[in-house]
Amino acid sequence: MIELALLTGFAAAAVRVATPLALAALGETVSERGGVLNLGIEGAMLAGALAAAVGAVSFGVAGGVVVAILAGVATSAIVAAVAIGARADQIITGTAVTLGMIGLTGLLARLAFGDAGAGLTVPTMAAVPIPGLSAIPLLGPALFAQSLFSYAVYLLVPVTIWLLFHTRFGLELRAAGESPSAARAMGVRVARVRTIGTLIGGAFAGLAGASLVLAQVGTFTEKMTAGRGFIAIAIVVLGRWHPLGAAMAALLFGAATALQFTFQASGSAVPYQLFLALPYLLALAVLAVAVGRRKGPAALGK
Amino acid sequence: MRDALLTAAAFGLGLLLLALFLLMAGFDVPLALSALWRGAFGSWYAITSATLVRATPLILLGLAFTLGSRAGALNIGMEGQFALGAMAAAWAGTHVGGLPMVAALPIVLASGMIGGIAWMALPVLLKLRFGVTEVISTLLLNFVAEAAVSWAVSGPMQEPTHIYPQSAAIAASAQLPKLLPGARLHLGLVLAVLVAVGLMVLLRQTRWGFALRAVGAGPRAAEVSGGIRSGRLLAVALLASGALAGLGGAVEVSGVSYALYLNLSPGYGFTAIAVALLGRLQPLGVVIAGVLFGALEAGAGAMQRDAGIPAVAVQVVQAVVIVTMVVAGRRVDHGEHQ
Amino acid sequence: MLTLTRISKSFGPLRALDNVSFDVADGEVHALLGENGAGKSTLIKIAAGLLAPDAGVVGAQRAATISTRVGIVAQHFSSISAFTVAENIALAAGWRETGRAAECRAAEVIARLGLPLDATAVVETLSVQLRQRLEIVKALAGDARILLLDEPSAVLAPREVTELLQLVRDFAAKGGAVVLITHKLDEVFAAADRVTVLRRGKVTFTGPVAGETPDSLSRAMIGGDLPRVERTVRAAGKVVVRAERLVVERVPLDFAFRAGEIVGVAAIEGNGQRALLRAIAGLDEAAPISGVLAVIGPVAFVPEDRTTEGIIPTMTLTENLLLGDRAAPWWLDWASLRSRTSALLESFDVRGGDTDTPAASLSGGNQQKLIFARVLERAPCVLVVEDPTRGLDVQATAVIHERLRAAAARGAAVIVHSSDLDEVLELANRLLVMANGVLTEMPITISREAVGDAMLGVVGST
Repeated sequence: MIELALLTGFAAAAVRVATPLALAALGETVSERGGVLNLGIEGAMLAGALAAAVGAVSFGVAGGVVVAILAGVATSAIVAAVAIGARADQIITGTAVTLGMIGLTGLLARLAFGDAGAGLTVPTMAAVPIPGLSAIPLLGPALFAQSLFSYAVYLLVPVTIWLLFHTRFGLELRAAGESPSAARAMGVRVARVRTIGTLIGGAFAGLAGASLVLAQVGTFTEKMTAGRGFIAIAIVVLGRWHPLGAAMAALLFGAATALQFTFQASGSAVPYQLFLALPYLLALAVLAVAVGRRKGPAALGK
Repeated sequence: MRDALLTAAAFGLGLLLLALFLLMAGFDVPLALSALWRGAFGSWYAITSATLVRATPLILLGLAFTLGSRAGALNIGMEGQFALGAMAAAWAGTHVGGLPMVAALPIVLASGMIGGIAWMALPVLLKLRFGVTEVISTLLLNFVAEAAVSWAVSGPMQEPTHIYPQSAAIAASAQLPKLLPGARLHLGLVLAVLVAVGLMVLLRQTRWGFALRAVGAGPRAAEVSGGIRSGRLLAVALLASGALAGLGGAVEVSGVSYALYLNLSPGYGFTAIAVALLGRLQPLGVVIAGVLFGALEAGAGAMQRDAGIPAVAVQVVQAVVIVTMVVAGRRVDHGEHQ
Repeated sequence: MLTLTRISKSFGPLRALDNVSFDVADGEVHALLGENGAGKSTLIKIAAGLLAPDAGVVGAQRAATISTRVGIVAQHFSSISAFTVAENIALAAGWRETGRAAECRAAEVIARLGLPLDATAVVETLSVQLRQRLEIVKALAGDARILLLDEPSAVLAPREVTELLQLVRDFAAKGGAVVLITHKLDEVFAAADRVTVLRRGKVTFTGPVAGETPDSLSRAMIGGDLPRVERTVRAAGKVVVRAERLVVERVPLDFAFRAGEIVGVAAIEGNGQRALLRAIAGLDEAAPISGVLAVIGPVAFVPEDRTTEGIIPTMTLTENLLLGDRAAPWWLDWASLRSRTSALLESFDVRGGDTDTPAASLSGGNQQKLIFARVLERAPCVLVVEDPTRGLDVQATAVIHERLRAAAARGAAVIVHSSDLDEVLELANRLLVMANGVLTEMPITISREAVGDAMLGVVGST
């Protein structure tokens, strides 16, 4: 019985931790399918997190979510303007935008919450158990007694699949990611579809930041995303640039992180820093195994 | 001349945008900017104990980024290599107590370089063996390095009383000598400038430096027409970049902190990207850009003390400088292609 | 029909088109003939609306239809390799349908056009011929009645060219209008009703093909008689390249090349010739899997892709000439390197830049001369060359060919592959054909058609 309780808690934690990663990775999948490797999603997540905190305090939880999405879109708009509009290096642009967002959110957080930022509590979104389904042993609490953000992932996976593979926009976006010159020759407005793809990625990253604040941590702290956006990029590779793959890979990372809580609870002697480093090491291992197997969009990063 | 103008314009634009944000946020902008100036260049003390002290690691890390970039590799993991270099240097520094300075200092600095190389070894392996881009692997290792330092200063390297999360102080013979009486400026700045001169000569005057630039500017042509084994050269360039970043960490421990702390770097590894780009990836340009950003970091401290503005806000300036320089850099490239 | 009236277009000081008129009627194939750089591509871009003329009128009218689309098949394929045939057609034709629906509609279009293609096939698995067929289907999928084909035979074997020209005739027979852009006279005579010849932006001839001769058209194209090149078969020297059971990709090969030979390798893209040439050139990327490959050096290599493999565009001419210089000292003396550059620019007639100019600012022909200056200065015993004159005008081509012959005369073994079969035949004094990785020697006097069949792997038909 105790084992089952422990396992249920672990599974629920895995899904909860995986949720922001999955959201960010879904968005990055869309962006990368269009050929834009956006390291700025870390910054977009951070912007979303702060916006969610400020928005939730001012307008309630739903308001926080909306403001967070807008903040994510705005952040990615900078990346799009510089990397697509001005055709500057995507990686350096994304890094710069993330840096700038760390500074800007730090400044604005101080302004919004004062020096006592750490003590801030933000209204959070409670878990919404789905009647019936949540009663299933193990899987029920893990999958169906989560916040609305997790349910949003279940919904957005088919939506992004539809968008990428069953719409004219998706066809054009993927063409832009495979060969911008060929796509252009076939009448695709490459800069336009890439920009839209990047903005969608930003919206998802903003939502991811909101889920981190509103459903997981309950407050905003400086640099609180701690590289989750970068991990999402590794998740996209592991998920082979497919939304379903991204969601599954995010779950793997959620599980790796949740391991931390479980081990801490069991009073293990292993230093906790190892668990802090585990998701990043896992990401590296995954890249080594996954990258060689299948190539991403041919024009990714160009 | 055009480069100098561009550099000034990029930096000025960054400051302007920062001022604009501060104004919109309701801060006292004149007070903030005057504090920034005071902290950076306002006094002899500010220059020699703040600006140039902060410039030293930025120059070394900026050179590390320059070395990788000129070979076509982006080392975004300097923060991690800096931390590992600092860790290795602190460990060595606490074990060289019996040695004279001429032996202790080189050992400490070399340890830092080895730490940086070790932290770069995995990304190089992943790149050559599995085709994993160094951008992501070095970036992810930054977070692992942070965890590693946290473990070290609360575990095996913790100071003898086991109270504070920091290492024991390094031996006096392992400390870089001060350059001026009454100022914190240390020999590390001279070292950084010497490294810059060395790198400039290497890139411009040697066959190896030419091969490195060829791989960076045209990897396929370098291989097919130049007979250069670009994979091997890239590996060496990345490891050397890691060594320089590690040296930066060692110099910080040996010249400023004298011990390993958590968060020893306030983001130097990322600021250095702005430094390198602002310096147009030219070693001597990096020295000048390093001083500018050192001033900004120093001024940020004063701004936080005197005007209550979080020091992290100056990262906005860095971001603007990087974006301006990459956009400008692209223009130059395109001009050459026409 | 499509009508262009008194079109002029300049790029800076260059007058690309000067008062050019051109039209094509329904049911007609009109060939546009001219050398590289004559203005053909500019005219086509203007006809397609991709470029605005400085002066003149473009008109496309067709009774009873509201709009007449112009379908273009460009010289360089513009399909997405990772997509299926159907996805590419859908993309090009602007369909809303995706997935299964697009496949059905693509299959209908393919059937209507009578150009067999598997709509579900992924493009990267298709042969060059089928990829070109896809380009044609894409161009016509949107009910275009005017088809512009830009140098369509450049990538095809002679037998495939015949099929293509038949297809063009069929399309015209059904009432379509075709503009066939080419620099090959035999294609004009095989497929066209009318021909317009461009030379340096001006029309030098226009009229029905019937009644013209290859000589009359070539005079209009070149502006004089073609210089006849004497093919000198010289006494071959000692063996400098020798291969025994050499496996580069799959098939074991045996061959020996001698000093003074120009070995022409004829092959269609993707038959293993690229890897073979690069293995002989000693590139790591094409290191032999097994067998013996003995090459007496020094070896020099001229890659087909000039701007990514031949030169580094952002580096200076001096730096580009230093590439691959194994004799360079570890400490570089730039003053002496610059004076060497000046001397080489002079003796190889490289124009448009000096020692410190970035290579990007040179024209394609001068970039190629720069590459030849670099490799020939090192007096190679073996010179391996891929597509030496792609995209060059007639003068630059003549200069490069002369350099290759001079290198052989000086005692180098020259191994040359060109995707243009005529160039191989013109240069070679020894002919090898490569098909499916198998290398076959053919007599130099054999007919062009027989070589073409061998390139396709068709045996026993001459």
